[in-house]
Amino acid sequence: MNSAPRHSPLHEWHTAHGGRMVDFAGWLMPIQYTSIVAEHLATRTACGLFDVSHMARFSFAGPRALDLLEYAVTNSVATMPVGQVRYSLVCNADGGILDDVLVYRGPDDKLSLVVNASNRAKIWQQLQACARELGLDAQFSVGAASESSAGDKLDVVVQDITEATAMLAVQGPRAVELSASLLTAAAESHLDALRYYTYTPASFRGTPALVSRTGYTGEDGFEFVVERAAGNALWEALVERGATPCGLGARDTLRLEAGMPLYGHELDETINPFQAGLNWAVKFDKGRFVGSETLTTLRTDPNKPRRVGLQLSGKRAAREGATVLAGGKSVGCVTSGTFSPTFDRPLAMAYLETGHATVGAAVEIDIRGTLVPAEIVKLPFYRRPS
Amino acid sequence: MTPANLLFAKTHEWLRVEPQADGGRVATVGVSDFALQALTDLVHVELPKKGRQLKAGEPFGEIESVKAVSDLYSPISGEIVAVHEGVVDQLDALKDDPYGKGWLIQVRLSNEGELKNLLAPAAYEKQCAEEGH
Repeated sequence: MNSAPRHSPLHEWHTAHGGRMVDFAGWLMPIQYTSIVAEHLATRTACGLFDVSHMARFSFAGPRALDLLEYAVTNSVATMPVGQVRYSLVCNADGGILDDVLVYRGPDDKLSLVVNASNRAKIWQQLQACARELGLDAQFSVGAASESSAGDKLDVVVQDITEATAMLAVQGPRAVELSASLLTAAAESHLDALRYYTYTPASFRGTPALVSRTGYTGEDGFEFVVERAAGNALWEALVERGATPCGLGARDTLRLEAGMPLYGHELDETINPFQAGLNWAVKFDKGRFVGSETLTTLRTDPNKPRRVGLQLSGKRAAREGATVLAGGKSVGCVTSGTFSPTFDRPLAMAYLETGHATVGAAVEIDIRGTLVPAEIVKLPFYRRPS
Repeated sequence: MTPANLLFAKTHEWLRVEPQADGGRVATVGVSDFALQALTDLVHVELPKKGRQLKAGEPFGEIESVKAVSDLYSPISGEIVAVHEGVVDQLDALKDDPYGKGWLIQVRLSNEGELKNLLAPAAYEKQCAEEGH
């Protein structure tokens, strides 16, 4: 990366409030303000606020927008009701994972996609390749927050609205209570009645907003997309109401406890959805999509390592790359590991050979030369009390 | 304020050299306040055994935070004559009093000449100010 890092619409707020800024996929983002543990626990016990403006956001319009996405992602798009959000994967023809994404189904053939920051260019190119394969008359451009009307003669218009918008996540047991009344839902329904994995248009002080009941922490809460200029006011309003600003450090420890895979760690182009335990996000009955032929055979391949959760003894965390051993023999590798603030012990995710990827089995992890006992446990580590 | 009688390694360890009754000199070694503030969220410190011979620049232990693990490097050569085992169970002491109760090991110097490679507090603070940007 030789260009200067991008700045979130909240950049000045972060630096003015002690955010420790790090380069994250080409964006300067806060890793923490006070401490990862304090921010993590604030999210688990009350309400955490995260700037996720670096996540890429693409909007789709036009009569064939749905066909394009149905072909590009592994989960079913056509069966989504308007207002639904669905987790999905974008695979290549070999069945390797190009990204994990959220698909938003809007009215009037409009759809949106939220993509990992590190995969923004790759998925943009993949969507263009998909449009060509389908023979679509497509236009790809960088757009404004409120997209222009689709060209009448085009099959699909795709706009990258990432830098025209801000994206905030409000997560935790008090998240809904603290934030729902800040925004006015366009429909009659109140935001607190929004179901998990659905979304609705809304407005924040007169500017349009999208509100989804989604997140990446294992907690209840919302994610908001607003025009870039409104990001700061929404952030400050949430802080004033008692949400704790959290950096991406806590986002990582929270998602690990929640057993959620992270692209570049648990997911990449060498890993297929079944290894990752994401079978449910691949729908073969929807017809042909990128990777569907290969995925059909990979589905029953017993030779690929599987993703597992590991609970460690002691205080030392197993970090990415640490070898996992069973009976003194290497059986896999840690992909993410950290000290868990909620459980006060180290946790990790790893890919292990299928014969050894059994819940309850004892293994050892080589932590910088010392073998530390660990147990394979069911994912997620953390499930919020219902 | 950084105590004036300390020397610092560029890798953020401090040492305080004190003469012994037998004419030798022993250095108490710890981690700087700046480094501890940057680490936040400490979860573990791994310390060596008493009696081990260290070379300047060699790792003697590790300090782990929620986010990452860092090696601790010996600023000088010599034999480890004391290890502060208590700090392992009291990471708060490390953070609250890094130049006092938060010491880690004591080393009997085998090469006094190495002390000139270390930074005085003002020079070290200048390095930290630059790293902070």
